[in-house]
Amino acid sequence: MPWDRNQLAARAAKELQDGMYVNLGIGIPTLVANYIPAGMTVTLQSENGMLGIGPFPLAGEEDADLINAGKQTISELPHSAYFDSAQSFAMIRGGKIAMAILGAMEVSENGDLANWMIPGKLVKGMGGAMDLVAGVKRVVVVMDHANKHGESKVLHECTLPLTGKACVHRIITNLGVLDVVPGGLKIVELADGVTEAELRAATEATLVN
Amino acid sequence: MKKVYASAAAALDGLLHDGMSIAAGGFGLCGIPELLIAAIKEAGTKDITIASNNCGVDDFGLGVLLATRQIKKMQSSYVGENAEFMRQFLSGELELEFNPQGTLAERMRAGGAGIPGFYTKTGVGTVIAEGKEHKDFGGETYILETGIVTDLAIVKAWKADTSGNLIFRKTARNFNVPAATCGRVCVAEVEEIVPIGSFDPDCIHLPGIYVHRIIQGQHEKRIEQRTVRSA
Repeated sequence: MPWDRNQLAARAAKELQDGMYVNLGIGIPTLVANYIPAGMTVTLQSENGMLGIGPFPLAGEEDADLINAGKQTISELPHSAYFDSAQSFAMIRGGKIAMAILGAMEVSENGDLANWMIPGKLVKGMGGAMDLVAGVKRVVVVMDHANKHGESKVLHECTLPLTGKACVHRIITNLGVLDVVPGGLKIVELADGVTEAELRAATEATLVN
Repeated sequence: MKKVYASAAAALDGLLHDGMSIAAGGFGLCGIPELLIAAIKEAGTKDITIASNNCGVDDFGLGVLLATRQIKKMQSSYVGENAEFMRQFLSGELELEFNPQGTLAERMRAGGAGIPGFYTKTGVGTVIAEGKEHKDFGGETYILETGIVTDLAIVKAWKADTSGNLIFRKTARNFNVPAATCGRVCVAEVEEIVPIGSFDPDCIHLPGIYVHRIIQGQHEKRIEQRTVRSA
């Protein structure tokens, strides 16, 4: 069986290391916070100006002044810190954030990422995604391997407008884990019960050994 | 010189004109200068160019200036929560300049710091880079982005002292600091104005040199995505 949303998030959480400062994107990446191993210290950054994101608040404890980048109410932790948006992106652009885990519409075999715009559809904006992929040390994409039409999202070249060029290091999909290496993508791991033949058949991008 | 004004309308008196540029603080609906936005709506100022990360929602925040067609152009990173925004943009009534969020924040910071331009890796190889100067540093390619300076900055803080020193609260600081610095004039609305000497000078987030006029008022502080966990 391919991984479901929670299994994807749990697999992505294995990318975390003790002491890391990490930015999680909206959607499945946000769920990664639920799978941080016990005893490991991982500090989550919210690009609207916070380090040390705490859990969603209890009902009645919501604070309009305390939200994450998805505009959801959150809570603070003992080591949390607040700062302004220029400072927030200074630490992103300056390479201080070890990893970003982001969703994607398409990824190419050289690590190009498209996740902000579908021409002809409503354009909402890139938010902080372009800054994150240009600035953080390691970019991990978490997404379904195919779109809702069954077409591969892991491509030779992205067809959608890019968020960043050659910026993705690792792709975690419902079928497995792929690394961006010279010449194409390398299979690192298969989802439980998924065969290499199945992953290859579902992938348009060049796979190398 | 007295910086404290009695109302948002009084604080904006003489600062508004058609075709002006405004930098506004806030992220989503968090930390937005809601009272000053309402006063600009009442003033009826037209053809405004606004640098702000978002554009409010249909009936709150900067969205209220869309309903009255007072905005000519937005410089933003994300405008997703606003149906009237999309309608005006798709019909060509509203100009939109997308900026990556960090680039927008740094353009404001740079403008306020007297820096006319800076190079960044953000957006290289994307539509954002089209038409911009590219330059290599240490084997990596960067693009030139320009600082933003506006006629007016409107921001929201938690507390001000009467000299204009500001303290923000939690994630409501966001764009308010860079926006405040890039306005030729900055008007701040706060929840409480306190006498000078009330703040520890080591704990001031934005020094009063950047803040020219202040008002105190009641804020709705609407929550956009109320999310809770079960006990």
